[in-house]
Amino acid sequence: MHRQSPILRWRRYPERYRLEGNKCLECSQIYFPKKELCECGCKSFVNYKLKGEGKILTFTEIKSSPEEFSEMTPYCVGIIELEDGPKITAQIADADVTCLKVGDKVESTFRKFTAVGDSGVIHYGLKFKKAKSSIN
Amino acid sequence: MIKKLNIGITGFGCYIPRFRIRTDDIAVANNQNVELIKGALLINEKTVPNKDEDAITISVEASKTALLRAGVSPKMLTAIYMGSESHPYAVKSSSAIIGEVLGVGENFMAADTEFACKAGTAALQMISGMVEGELINYGLAIGADTSQGSPGDALEYSAAAGGAALIIGKNKSEICANILYTLSRTSDTPDFWRRNKQQYPSHMGRFTGEEAYFKHVISTTEAMLNETGFKILDFDHVVLHQPNGKFPLKAAKALGASREQLKYGIVVHDIGNTYSGSSLLGLVNVLENAQPGQKILLTSYGSGSGSDCFIIETTENILEKQKIGKRLINYLSDKQYVNYNQYRQMVKMIH
Repeated sequence: MHRQSPILRWRRYPERYRLEGNKCLECSQIYFPKKELCECGCKSFVNYKLKGEGKILTFTEIKSSPEEFSEMTPYCVGIIELEDGPKITAQIADADVTCLKVGDKVESTFRKFTAVGDSGVIHYGLKFKKAKSSIN
Repeated sequence: MIKKLNIGITGFGCYIPRFRIRTDDIAVANNQNVELIKGALLINEKTVPNKDEDAITISVEASKTALLRAGVSPKMLTAIYMGSESHPYAVKSSSAIIGEVLGVGENFMAADTEFACKAGTAALQMISGMVEGELINYGLAIGADTSQGSPGDALEYSAAAGGAALIIGKNKSEICANILYTLSRTSDTPDFWRRNKQQYPSHMGRFTGEEAYFKHVISTTEAMLNETGFKILDFDHVVLHQPNGKFPLKAAKALGASREQLKYGIVVHDIGNTYSGSSLLGLVNVLENAQPGQKILLTSYGSGSGSDCFIIETTENILEKQKIGKRLINYLSDKQYVNYNQYRQMVKMIH
């Protein structure tokens, strides 16, 4: 299955493992994932590692998931506005939908995504979890 | 004569999962006497890894805090040794994955260690040796586990998840705790093992006590005291491997240590046995609470069997490091209980 290719995921380790985006050298706009052409027209960028802290803009609970995430179902997914600016869609770990609210502060956490059967590669990446200050 | 080392800890961190199960709930599910079990093990509750957590994810979180406290770029690390008995892969390096996530780059040596519950301190010894020998400037040693225990077995009450990470360096201005000495004792003892492809470990019940844990922990600590000339009461903090709450208390008593010396070093009561993370979690909790100039005695135990002993002394830098990053007490207070059915579902996914 194309989406489970270990090689494809390997190429994305910088963004999946370390939240590496890029920053325009002209206007300082930060992008995640990386872009090659800035809104200002500039094509010069520098790598930028996002802090991994932000807040929940919206969220939902996934009860009917793609097969690769079936073992984790149900799970929460949210749109996170990072402190550095970019908005990203990510799973929200260690939480059920009843304990989340819009505006909750979250931080990145390294977790297992999927494992391909009993013999395939284990896919890891960043999810988000409620920051201590947002935990009731 | 044992060699005095010129290295130390520059950063330290820990991680335990958010979920807990009470000992009471496991005892009720197994139709066993709650008070009898709690009295025998002195464990109130234990951590439960979520379905998306394993020894690698735990190591990464602990290492991030260690790096923050060390105040060095990940690229300064030139060795990562991760000890566990629940490495997610039989063949594929956990340490290499951890290095990639931390952004260490590719200029580092890495290996995964295994020696039951002392795989983490074995990693610490290896990193310490390489820094002392000036093969590397900074190294990361980790002990982490998502421990296994079959349903109904005594281990089910204690087998937990968690880990700790230590960055070792040689620059005196960065060291918050000098590692002064290390010494080990090892013997072929069939007290606890897990065969290849087996889901759960096997153990020899009471034999894991006197002839295994107590023999190695006590004799290794005594050997260290004899070699260095220290007395047990010279230490402000004593940390012993803690497979349950009772064993380290009994071993400490046999060594002549007081309850006060164990105040921060025993963390098993509300976490459980985190195997390779066990004694290192106790050490991290001590470092998070110690004053400058305090002496720490650490003795791990790994079935099979052996113990690694360390003498560590905090420096003035410890107070600054304590202000940075998440502490064990933060993780302990952020918890959510699961019932027995939820717990079995969660650990089924891990093992």
